[in-house]
Amino acid sequence: MKTLPVVGKFASVVFASLVLVACSNTDTANEEAAAAEAASAAAAQEAAREAEARAAAEVAAEQQRLQDAAMAAGTVFYFAFDSSALTDEARVAVDAHIGALLTNDQSVRLEGHTDERGTREYNLALAERRANAVRDYMVANGVPSYRIETISYGEESPVAFGSGEANWQQNRRVELK
Amino acid sequence: MRLILFITLTYLLSCAGFAHAQLQIEITKGIDNPTPIAIVPFGWDGAGGSAPVDVAQVVDSDLVRSGQFSPVSRRDMLSFPKKASDIYFRDWRAISADYVLIGRVGPGSPGMIRVSYQLFDTARQQEIASGAFENVLPELRMVGHRVADAVYEKLTGIRGAFATRLVYVSVSRNPNGKDFYRLILSDSDGQRPIVLLEGRDPIMAPSWSPDGNEVAYVSFETSRPAIYRQNLRTGVREQLTNFKGLNNSPVWSPDGNTMAMVLSKDGSPDIYLMNLTTKKLTQLTNHYAIDTEPTWMPDGNALLFTSDRGGRPQIYRYDLRSKAITRVTFEGRYNARARVAQDGRNVALVHQSSGQYHIAVHDLVTERLTVLTSTSLDESPSIAPNGSIVLYATKRGGESILSAVAVDGGVSFNLPARDGSVQEPAWSPYLD
Repeated sequence: MKTLPVVGKFASVVFASLVLVACSNTDTANEEAAAAEAASAAAAQEAAREAEARAAAEVAAEQQRLQDAAMAAGTVFYFAFDSSALTDEARVAVDAHIGALLTNDQSVRLEGHTDERGTREYNLALAERRANAVRDYMVANGVPSYRIETISYGEESPVAFGSGEANWQQNRRVELK
Repeated sequence: MRLILFITLTYLLSCAGFAHAQLQIEITKGIDNPTPIAIVPFGWDGAGGSAPVDVAQVVDSDLVRSGQFSPVSRRDMLSFPKKASDIYFRDWRAISADYVLIGRVGPGSPGMIRVSYQLFDTARQQEIASGAFENVLPELRMVGHRVADAVYEKLTGIRGAFATRLVYVSVSRNPNGKDFYRLILSDSDGQRPIVLLEGRDPIMAPSWSPDGNEVAYVSFETSRPAIYRQNLRTGVREQLTNFKGLNNSPVWSPDGNTMAMVLSKDGSPDIYLMNLTTKKLTQLTNHYAIDTEPTWMPDGNALLFTSDRGGRPQIYRYDLRSKAITRVTFEGRYNARARVAQDGRNVALVHQSSGQYHIAVHDLVTERLTVLTSTSLDESPSIAPNGSIVLYATKRGGESILSAVAVDGGVSFNLPARDGSVQEPAWSPYLD
């Protein structure tokens, strides 16, 4: 109940000054009003631009963050012997790449590899299955399939030469390029 | 990728820098009582001091490699007879030679060189075989292999397969960059290697046309696998496939009109046939599992292939008339990459037992599987056209080498490269 008279008083003062302005010079008043309007529009535009730039910077920063996270997760996903199932570790790494791919429009190439054990042509098929497993997981999580190319190298391109599990486990992989 | 028209470049390349890829031969096991035979240095009827090739030495090496003969050392020979009337059988029996081979090398019909031979039984003191072969001079070694084939067949009853050729893949590993791949054609003893294709992208799965005039293979030179066929006489090359996914395992049908291959363009790897005239494809298998490594039965009515449709890789048979698929191998958890001998009975394959990959022979009649090797990373078996020997690749000291074992397990030898790896041998059919 206390505030009402104050509002009433303030309103009456504003009204009085408006009447005063209107009476002094109508043209000047119109010009000033237009200038004020333009100034406020410019300010609003500026503010919108700033907000937009800020938002873009935030998106870019988020993209960069996701890209960095993807790179930090590594571009090589490892598999168990004679298996094309994504390990928990591989899944975490692929998830990081999916995060980045959903915010950019890059295309990726998935290269499947096996270790040297078993026959070359069967291994070519097994390595394709590995590359497809990564691709299918990406597609299931929203990456468009047309942005993913898969290729199998089988056992033809090892990264670790020589026999034994220490070498073999490095060679059973899908590389994202 | 460099494609090489080998006919014009043969000699250039023989001297060039890939000599390290040439195969050496190390006999690792022969039969218990090899037949002693004296292969006398052949006479020379041409101009100049001696024949451009020691043909008797070619025959000698072939027979040694068979494991079934023990040639007499030249140092132990009391004489080097060049004609039948110069042979003193008592001298040869004295150094325990059951047989004596003599021969002559000289000019034949215009532009040709001629090799004649005579084989004698020292106990019966009589000639048991004779003959002559002609060819152009650069093929003189191949003529030597023909003489070896004739002697081998006369004394064992089995057609010889020395006058045949091999294709294989050589890989020079480059730890700091891309490896270097070569597709190499050589004689059956690894001599006279010729580079058919070379480059920094993988080359795989070479196979022969039934007439021995062409090879097919997979090359990744376009950054994706594709199947090519290449004529060995003209050097003309044709790209047969360029599908999305796998393009692999090209193998010619026995009549040469069709090529079986593996494509994954429709999802999982399946076996297809390509009509080589119309290029029309027919899909044979359609399964979500891996179907790969097709190979033809010699009658052309069925194919064997590897499939993991049962959970693990095993050999299956596709009957082209009934379209029925039946499982062939049951022993062990892993049987793959079959090759069928010309008898249609022995199937060489890769068999895994206790984590090791061996070469084994599966007999289609008795359904018995016999493991032939004791090394642990064996692959890519290829059977000689006479069915006697399985050539395959294995690992030794970090490198891949070629190795061979008799189908009956009696004989074995290694064919390492002087340097680098050699893999995926394919033995040619008979070439005449």
